[in-house]
Amino acid sequence: MSKSILQLRDVIISLQGKRLVDINQRVAAGEILTVMGPSGSGKSTLLAYIAGFISPAFQASGAVLIDGADITTRPAELRQIGLLLQDPLLFPHLSIGGNLRFALPKESSNKSELIQQGLDEIGLSGFEERDPGTLSGGQQSRVALLRLLLSAPRAVLLDEPFAKLDTELRQVIRNLVFDKLRSSGLPTILVTHDQADAEAAGGVIHTLA
Amino acid sequence: MLRWASYIFIMLLAAPILLGTLLASLPAFGYFPPLDSYRFSLDAWRQLIEVPGITQSVLISLLCGVLTPLIALTLVFLYLASASGSRLDNWIRRLISPLLSFPHAAAAFGLAFLIAPSGLLSRALSPGLSGWERPPDLLIVNDTWGLSLMLGLVVKEVPFLLLMSLAALPQLQPVPRIAVARSLGYRPTIAWLKVIAPSLYPLVRLPVFAVIVFASATVDVALILGPTLPPTLSVRVLAWFNDPNMGLRFLAAAGALAQLATSLLAVTIWLALERICRLLWRLYLAAGDRNTGERVAYILGRTAMPAVLLIISGSLLALLMNAFAGPWRYPSILPSTWTLQHWANSYQDLLTPLFNTLTVSICSTLIALMLVIATLESEGQPAKRNLTPVWILYLPLLIPQVVFLFGIIVLTEFGRWQASMSLVVFGHLLFVIPYVFLSLSAAYRQLDPRWSQVAATLGASQSKTFWRVRVPLLLAPCLTAVAIGMAISISLYLPTQLLGAGRITTITSEAVALTSGASRNLISVWAIVQLGLPMLGFVAALSIPRLVWRNRIGMQEIR
Amino acid sequence: MTLLRRVFRLSPKYCLTLLLATASFAAAQPNELSDWSTLEHQARGQTVYFNAWGGEPRVNSYINWAAEQLKQRYDINLQHVKVADTAEAVAKIVAQRQAGNDTNGSVDLLWINGENFAALKQNDLLFGPWAEQQPNFALVNADRYPEMREDFTVATDGFESPWTRSQLIFYYDSQWLDEPPRTVQEILLWAINNPGQFTYPRPPAFLGTTFLKQALLELSNYDAALYAPVSDSAFERVTESLWEYLDALHPNLLRSGRYFPASAADLRRLMGDGETSLALAFNPNEALLSVRSGELPASVRSYVLQGGTIGNVSFLAIPYNAQHKAAAMLTSNFLLSVEAQAKASDPDSMGSTTVIAVEDLTLNDRSRFSDSVNDPAALSAKELGHKLQEPHPSWTSSLERAWILRYSAR
Repeated sequence: MSKSILQLRDVIISLQGKRLVDINQRVAAGEILTVMGPSGSGKSTLLAYIAGFISPAFQASGAVLIDGADITTRPAELRQIGLLLQDPLLFPHLSIGGNLRFALPKESSNKSELIQQGLDEIGLSGFEERDPGTLSGGQQSRVALLRLLLSAPRAVLLDEPFAKLDTELRQVIRNLVFDKLRSSGLPTILVTHDQADAEAAGGVIHTLA
Repeated sequence: MLRWASYIFIMLLAAPILLGTLLASLPAFGYFPPLDSYRFSLDAWRQLIEVPGITQSVLISLLCGVLTPLIALTLVFLYLASASGSRLDNWIRRLISPLLSFPHAAAAFGLAFLIAPSGLLSRALSPGLSGWERPPDLLIVNDTWGLSLMLGLVVKEVPFLLLMSLAALPQLQPVPRIAVARSLGYRPTIAWLKVIAPSLYPLVRLPVFAVIVFASATVDVALILGPTLPPTLSVRVLAWFNDPNMGLRFLAAAGALAQLATSLLAVTIWLALERICRLLWRLYLAAGDRNTGERVAYILGRTAMPAVLLIISGSLLALLMNAFAGPWRYPSILPSTWTLQHWANSYQDLLTPLFNTLTVSICSTLIALMLVIATLESEGQPAKRNLTPVWILYLPLLIPQVVFLFGIIVLTEFGRWQASMSLVVFGHLLFVIPYVFLSLSAAYRQLDPRWSQVAATLGASQSKTFWRVRVPLLLAPCLTAVAIGMAISISLYLPTQLLGAGRITTITSEAVALTSGASRNLISVWAIVQLGLPMLGFVAALSIPRLVWRNRIGMQEIR
Repeated sequence: MTLLRRVFRLSPKYCLTLLLATASFAAAQPNELSDWSTLEHQARGQTVYFNAWGGEPRVNSYINWAAEQLKQRYDINLQHVKVADTAEAVAKIVAQRQAGNDTNGSVDLLWINGENFAALKQNDLLFGPWAEQQPNFALVNADRYPEMREDFTVATDGFESPWTRSQLIFYYDSQWLDEPPRTVQEILLWAINNPGQFTYPRPPAFLGTTFLKQALLELSNYDAALYAPVSDSAFERVTESLWEYLDALHPNLLRSGRYFPASAADLRRLMGDGETSLALAFNPNEALLSVRSGELPASVRSYVLQGGTIGNVSFLAIPYNAQHKAAAMLTSNFLLSVEAQAKASDPDSMGSTTVIAVEDLTLNDRSRFSDSVNDPAALSAKELGHKLQEPHPSWTSSLERAWILRYSAR
């Protein structure tokens, strides 16, 4: 497991001259930084900046570093930053196995074994050939998490990943996600509305106006 | 490479059309090097004015150009006003793509066989209801003022305008708007006309202009249904162009420009009508009537679409019966025998044109698909999101074909290029690209960008994301675009006729050529092949995704 | 008026002087003709673009048959380029000449006669002479049948090869009409009493033009001026009675003369539907063939007018810039063979009248041309009667022009 450090250095994002985000943070391996704020405050824009999809409508400056290396100018697919969104976004045209295989780095050997093992760990043994459309919401979230982990990221961004789950399921999935990310030693940034999410994350909370 | 895609795209569409129009106009003013003519002259225009019946030709073209879209658009709007969301509507929406794939020429033949004095309709009435033992001596098809021509065009343009309206409607959120209007006491049909129609019209304006230009300049439909003494302007221009006397090229060029002017005049008249309507609408809205005219609008709207459907199915029936009919004397409603003889007779003649039709339509559609996808991909790059201007796409539909195709011919003559398959494919491309683009761009632009973002965060390269995420997700719209592109190519007459110079014949060019020489039976065989091909394409486009994704629930929602 | 003439000028008026000039062009004859077997060798694998009127399905399927034969025998690919009017092919050749394309022409072989031949020959746009060097040319016995060397009064000089004979005939549906009108004048009288039951194709469709010429011949009392190049004064004098006749006839035609059919096939369709009772055709077997195919009812009968009807021969010609001359000549020679001519005259195929002098053939070969069709719709050679010669080709375009001027826009 990697032990990376994610660093945001003087990241400033503004829209039409209005400053939305001004952040300077360091997230150590296994730590979760929670970013909170009302909608329109620029939470998701910050994640888009870190992941590499920011819209040209925004003016953004500052550096994103992983283990001290500046990745700000790299294209999204070379940043090795995983992303988990509100919707699990399992590719609907691929089976569960296909979705997981899609994420595995090209050079990894024994892919089938990794997939099987991963499915065992999230309690979905034997789901390889299943159509994502036939899975429940909770099952889909777990597959999305597994897919993210299999892509071997060096940092993870969570954009309100539990918002669409009902209260009971939310707790279960939240615990699973946080446990997995911590045990994998991944620096994580969580964007959320939900105070309970922030408490469970247990890390620094950064609030946007 | 992608950055250039949209420039190449624009050049490819705009350059030949603008250059073609320019080149077509040179001989009209005396410049035509193949005849050693370099001096400015207005002789061609003097000749044009003296051509017998030219005023009437222009007038009929103009009438067609204004009345056809007026009637078609009125029918479509009344239909949408009175039937949106009804069971009739669900049913019609499903029929609209196959209706649209019905090639103009085949529809025109079918209509002719339906409404002619000896046609299916007259036989159905005779001798019982009408008392006719022999067909009545009535000038119905090829009538002097082009009424049957206009009917044929309306029947074809109603599905086109309906599809364009249905595509634009969702962004207007008609359901809540109508609900608000109804809560203010407006009857549903009136509510639609007052609240939705004024904001829908601007969205379908370009397609309406395309209909104006097509109706005022059509050649194939006019050859089949249009008047003959004298014919419409476009038909005469084509005849001058094909005349053995090359000296007529000057006249043909002047005629082509006159055609352009006629189409533009039709558009101008339309713009004036627009102003008047806008004024009337304002008064109508202000008057606050909540149900006046509701019944009339409702009945018209509800009957118009089934009537159009009935005419089209009647035409199809007429074609099918004639294609398998043995001897069939008037006034029998059924032939005395059924036979496959007409198919056996045509089978050999069909092979080469069939092969050419498939080659041209597949080549032009695949090239168009690649160009369109490259353009849409380049739009999708967030760094520079400038959307391809829509008017460029409509350019080939807004300038009469007869005009710029002549220019392209003049160009090939300057360059001494022989008619070839690639020239025909190029000509078809100009018409296929717009339709492929219009049908694919909505789905492409609506595709949730998060799919690509998720793929990228999983480390997938750009090309892996394209091939393994976007292409499969867009398989169904891509196939629909292919089916539409092929249907357009299959139905094209003039580009094949002019650029193929008779050497490259397609089902459509051969079918139209049969108009003057063949029996109804033979024409029907060709027309059925002509309309069967695009039909097969649509069936394939609908069934392939269902087959491929039969085990993928999520693919049934994402389209 | 002068401008109008310029607009509708199809071919220059006087070609006789130029005809003399083309005779000298004849010296440019290619050597390959001396050896027919060399020709066969050259032709192998060539594609012949055969520009032939495509308006008659029976002819089209006959050309398909010929294509199969040529492929088998000589490895020649015969491509039928269907033209709506032979003038289109003439236009292509003229355009290519003007563009300086003297060697890669797109037309290899042409079905032609009359004014189109005159125009091409006069402008040196034909290859040849070659026709009389064909081994099968002897079969037509041109010494006995001078029409094999003369096309609308213009000498062919070996620049075109006879292909098929045509003659204007009339046919009527005996269900509606007992005794058909036997002269052009009688047609008018009958039409006045029976309006809406007759029509003719609109010129320049050749059948329509032929009707004009037929009427002109009778109405002008076979004026000798018709066999000389047309002049303004002769045209005005000779055609005056024709316009009078047509002005009286048109209101009594089908659709009161506001619509004219496009072709012989359209005429057939109209009679098949019972719209007309009287029609005309340029193939003596027209009615027979159409009754057989079910297009026309069995009650249809054929006849010719008293005093005879116009007959002509149509030919095959090769443009000067044809790319595949060897294969084109071989194709023509094949189409002139006993086998191909017999097939063409078969009522179940094209059903045309042969150009071969059948009486010179061996008994065996003669039996392949069955004249003995005993069908009420058919006409025997005797019934076809007297054949009128085509007027000079310059009359064709003048008549068409004048008709279009008078009747195309009213």
